[in-house]
Amino acid sequence: MTRHLISSADLTRHDVESILATAESMHDVQRREVKKVPTLRGRTVINFFFEDSTRTRSSFEIAGKWMSADTINLSAKGSSTSKGESLRDTAMTVDAMAVDALVIRHNASGAARQVSQWVRCSVINAGDGTHEHPTQALLDAYTLRSRMGRLDGKHVVIVGDLTHSRVFRSNVITLKTLGARVTVVAPPTLMPAGVTAWSETDGFATSWDLDAVIDGDDAVDAMMMLRVQRERMSGGYFPTAREYTVGYGLTRERLERLVRRNPDVLVMHPGPMNRGLEIAAEVADAPQSVVLDQVSAGVAVRMAVLYHLLAGESAEQLPEGAQA
Amino acid sequence: MTCPEPTAPATVPQIPPDARDVMVADDISRALRRIGHEIIERNKGAADLVVLGIPSRGVPLAERLAAAISQVEGIDVPVGQLDVTLYRDDLRRQPTRAAGRTDIPAGGIDDKVVVLVDDVLYSGRTIRAALDALAELGRPRAVRLAVLVDRGHRELPIRADHVGKNLPTSREERVHVRLAEVDGADAVRISGGERR
Repeated sequence: MTRHLISSADLTRHDVESILATAESMHDVQRREVKKVPTLRGRTVINFFFEDSTRTRSSFEIAGKWMSADTINLSAKGSSTSKGESLRDTAMTVDAMAVDALVIRHNASGAARQVSQWVRCSVINAGDGTHEHPTQALLDAYTLRSRMGRLDGKHVVIVGDLTHSRVFRSNVITLKTLGARVTVVAPPTLMPAGVTAWSETDGFATSWDLDAVIDGDDAVDAMMMLRVQRERMSGGYFPTAREYTVGYGLTRERLERLVRRNPDVLVMHPGPMNRGLEIAAEVADAPQSVVLDQVSAGVAVRMAVLYHLLAGESAEQLPEGAQA
Repeated sequence: MTCPEPTAPATVPQIPPDARDVMVADDISRALRRIGHEIIERNKGAADLVVLGIPSRGVPLAERLAAAISQVEGIDVPVGQLDVTLYRDDLRRQPTRAAGRTDIPAGGIDDKVVVLVDDVLYSGRTIRAALDALAELGRPRAVRLAVLVDRGHRELPIRADHVGKNLPTSREERVHVRLAEVDGADAVRISGGERR
């Protein structure tokens, strides 16, 4: 049994469904007056964030605390990393304190995998560079499933800065695992190199034309708008913000066309949103928007991931005949 | 990461062919009716009762028991389910299973008489977990335990208030409870160990 969650590709359909089922019962805990279960008492989870984050870090922290694990937050600023300690030394130092899990976000793609080879504890990838963000894909799947049931055959469109998006990479994998049909849309400059080969092997569609996808034969069940990552760009991907919005932003007019085709269409955004750039402010607050459901699902899904990775440490089998 | 296969009906171990019937469908329904009457007698009616089944097979049993009580007393008895996975003390010793749902009836459990329902009472550890889970959800006036089969071998100071059948077993034996709602037909069978 693997102890880590590095890539969405690590998860079989059965794994994803187990996690989502557990997340439902975690969501029940979240709605209770006493939001605490003793399941991970005595376990320690370190959130190591080399990059800024609001929702991922706080939801991992809340998830750990509600499961009664001790959670500790470290950031690059204020840790020995700012004194020049290498990632390997930092990871091994933390591991030597006998923690049970390391939740890591790092600006280098592959950092989580690398760290998992150096430590004994479980490693959970909370975003590595432009590579993957598996728990985001799980919470997006949870949000979609709670609104539309099974995802088999559903058409999900992912729009935006695909080149720099780990959310896109993990989401394509998890959505395909659950049987959804995926179309990805981006301006040519933000379409990652090699996407054609990947789309052929994994069976998703690519397009440069958002309006053609909206008006296409295949009605859209969910629109996932990605953030334009200004901090990752040194410019040159598109002329102006206005031009991006005209070509690829989810405007009210585009939403109206989507609703006309499918009244139950959902609008998603992993956050943080650039209102007025990739998504119009009124669309973000429209009844079709499930942006806050995604945040709320984040805690439940991360509780479920911690539970599946940490609750049953040894793979010892239940003795034959064991019953309550 | 990988998750073990769920204990869904399809993956429940087959009952070995040498298994013996301990209760047949009629025995099960008679036992539940009797337990229903016992609960009403002890509670002096069905007021303030909440029946909670422990997944998976405690849930249909709880529904049947609540229906039996409702039929006698002519009032609807609230029924729900209580998942105890997150409160188990043996999580570290077995493959992680997906947690189930907890569904408490709208009236809550504060100041109610909660009847916990499970299929088999064995070590008592599930019930211990259930009592912990219940404490987080409210403060019942009393908690009672009804089980279809008590097979002995308690590891904790826990006993059932209402028992469908006391079944002396050896630890090597295995008790199989099958219910129409989950498995298609009702039966309690025992397999393994030495024939007594």
